[in-house]
Amino acid sequence: MAHDITPSGPKPSRLSVARIGVYGFLAMSAIFFAIPLYVMIVTSLKGMPEIRLGDLFALPNDPSFAAWVKAWAQACTGVSCNGIHEGFWNSVVITVPSVVFSIMLGAINGYALSFWRFKGANIVFAILLFGAFVPFQVVIYPLIIFLREVGLYGSLTGIVLVHMAFGMPIMTLLFRNYFSSLPEELFKAARVDGAGFWQIFFQIVMPLSVPVTVVAVILQTTGIWNDYLLGLIFAGHDNLPMTVQLNNIVTTTFGVREYNVNMAATMLTAIVPLAIYLISGKYFVRGIAAGAVKG
Amino acid sequence: MHSVSIKNLDLMFDQVPVLQNLNLDIEKGEFLVLLGSSGCGKSTLLNCIAGLLDVSAGQIWINDRNVTWEEPKDRDIGMVFQSYALYPQMTVEKNLSFGLRVKGVDKEEIARRVANAAKVLQIEALLQRKPAELSGGQRQRVAIGRALVRDVEVFLFDEPLSNLDAKLRADLRIEIKRLHQKLKNTMVYVTHDQVEALTLADRIAIMKNGVIQQLSSPDDIYHTPNNLFVAGFIGSPSMNFLHGSCENGVFTCQKTGHKDVVIDLSRYPFKEAMSKKTSMILGIRPEHLILVEQQQDVPFSVEVQVDIIEPMGSETVVWFELQGQSYALRLHTENHIQVGSTITIGFDPVKAHCFDSATEQRL
Repeated sequence: MAHDITPSGPKPSRLSVARIGVYGFLAMSAIFFAIPLYVMIVTSLKGMPEIRLGDLFALPNDPSFAAWVKAWAQACTGVSCNGIHEGFWNSVVITVPSVVFSIMLGAINGYALSFWRFKGANIVFAILLFGAFVPFQVVIYPLIIFLREVGLYGSLTGIVLVHMAFGMPIMTLLFRNYFSSLPEELFKAARVDGAGFWQIFFQIVMPLSVPVTVVAVILQTTGIWNDYLLGLIFAGHDNLPMTVQLNNIVTTTFGVREYNVNMAATMLTAIVPLAIYLISGKYFVRGIAAGAVKG
Repeated sequence: MHSVSIKNLDLMFDQVPVLQNLNLDIEKGEFLVLLGSSGCGKSTLLNCIAGLLDVSAGQIWINDRNVTWEEPKDRDIGMVFQSYALYPQMTVEKNLSFGLRVKGVDKEEIARRVANAAKVLQIEALLQRKPAELSGGQRQRVAIGRALVRDVEVFLFDEPLSNLDAKLRADLRIEIKRLHQKLKNTMVYVTHDQVEALTLADRIAIMKNGVIQQLSSPDDIYHTPNNLFVAGFIGSPSMNFLHGSCENGVFTCQKTGHKDVVIDLSRYPFKEAMSKKTSMILGIRPEHLILVEQQQDVPFSVEVQVDIIEPMGSETVVWFELQGQSYALRLHTENHIQVGSTITIGFDPVKAHCFDSATEQRL
């Protein structure tokens, strides 16, 4: 049925000047961050003679993955020339337990601090927060001595412990803020129902914490995967992460600088965090926003 | 034997006393309502009984057992919260059975008890749904069911109906009353709604600033309020108060520029005879004020002008002014009264309430 009501005034235009401005800004920002990525990918697909021509933005004449293969399996990282694939697996072995344990620790801390308000909980939280603001370079030397004394310096356990310690403040903060947005009556009801500390944690609180856990996984995975300094110092020679090997390839001071191999190695190193952002970016923004608003 | 007994209870929040030396005995099978405005300590007291707050001093006994330092689960209590507090990720069935599963009760027993509770509360059709798929009333039923399956001695309700709309609140109120008559458990019920308190309670404890003002039957609280606060809190619209003084059984209310109001209180049942002049507050409920017809004999009557009329369906609240202050009168709708008209009102002093101006206690 037709309606007899005629609207008055001009129809709201969908594309106003302000909109064009916003889209223009977004497009420029996107290009700003995409150009280096573009240059890296094209360069990694070119051969050295083509790179020497200096046409940074030109597409490769004869695209080849030779540089990628070399970076993965043959490039020299210091003394050995086995590519960065060793470092890739080292990074996986360091990242997986570090992420899992630091998140568990943060979740338990946050849970205890927000639901079981023990005496001095606020002081503990304040100290933990303080930890988030201490530049970690400051504590490296005492940490080296501590790990040496307990015999964990230069071992996988050592580097995992270090990552757990440095991840704890931010993880605790993240989880505590999320938990304080959960209704307290839920926790009271579970206590009346007879659930204990761990039962409430695993059966009531954690199933409600999927969004914040996704955020924590993203933060910790990218943080630990991209770490260079701690890995270099604490991991020991056998466990050097990918970032350290990448640095060794890129900063080599003799022979020809193989830009295509460098680019390929960098791309290979960046693939893990990049993939994680692409897969879970939606959750990431949502979780950060939730923590910020309700904290 | 008392079902719940609170002895000299103190509770402090960071040096601020919330409850002080509170004593309360609740009989077995009794429906006790803790009534008061927000911040009066009623929910705090309930949380203390539940064991969700640690008391600073004193004791809590449940079923003749000192449970002051026991965990909530060992106190033989079930609790229903205002926000329902259902576990969002579990189905209704899992919500009901959570406490039993935690306790390690065997599966057949769990199934039997859940089925029983679902039948009592008429939520059998909802067992496989998640809380998000339920309406407010259904959620609150599930919350009650969660206390029901655990087969506890004492039910604690923390403003369970406050999140529901008016009609549902009235329906569920009756259901709770029916449930109590059927189960005969002890129930402690916190509310700020006087209608809920008056309709549900065997006894009401009216609280203010962490102190119980009066603990008696709804009837008693309505007809013989202990003090000025209780008198003003119960009843809607609330009691009309006249400030004046009393001498030789005559109450006088003077105000410059207005005619004196003189009320003969010789029929009022004073607790003890008053000899000297006392500063006093006289209260009369709007429903005890009557419209005085011609030549009707009422101990006290006065002519007033109608200010505002609030029709409420079955009755009408008429507001009028006396000595510059606004007072209410409740009438049946049949009495057609116009705004601005002059009416004669009166009351029988037997139905009045007298309070000492200084102590605010009943005289």
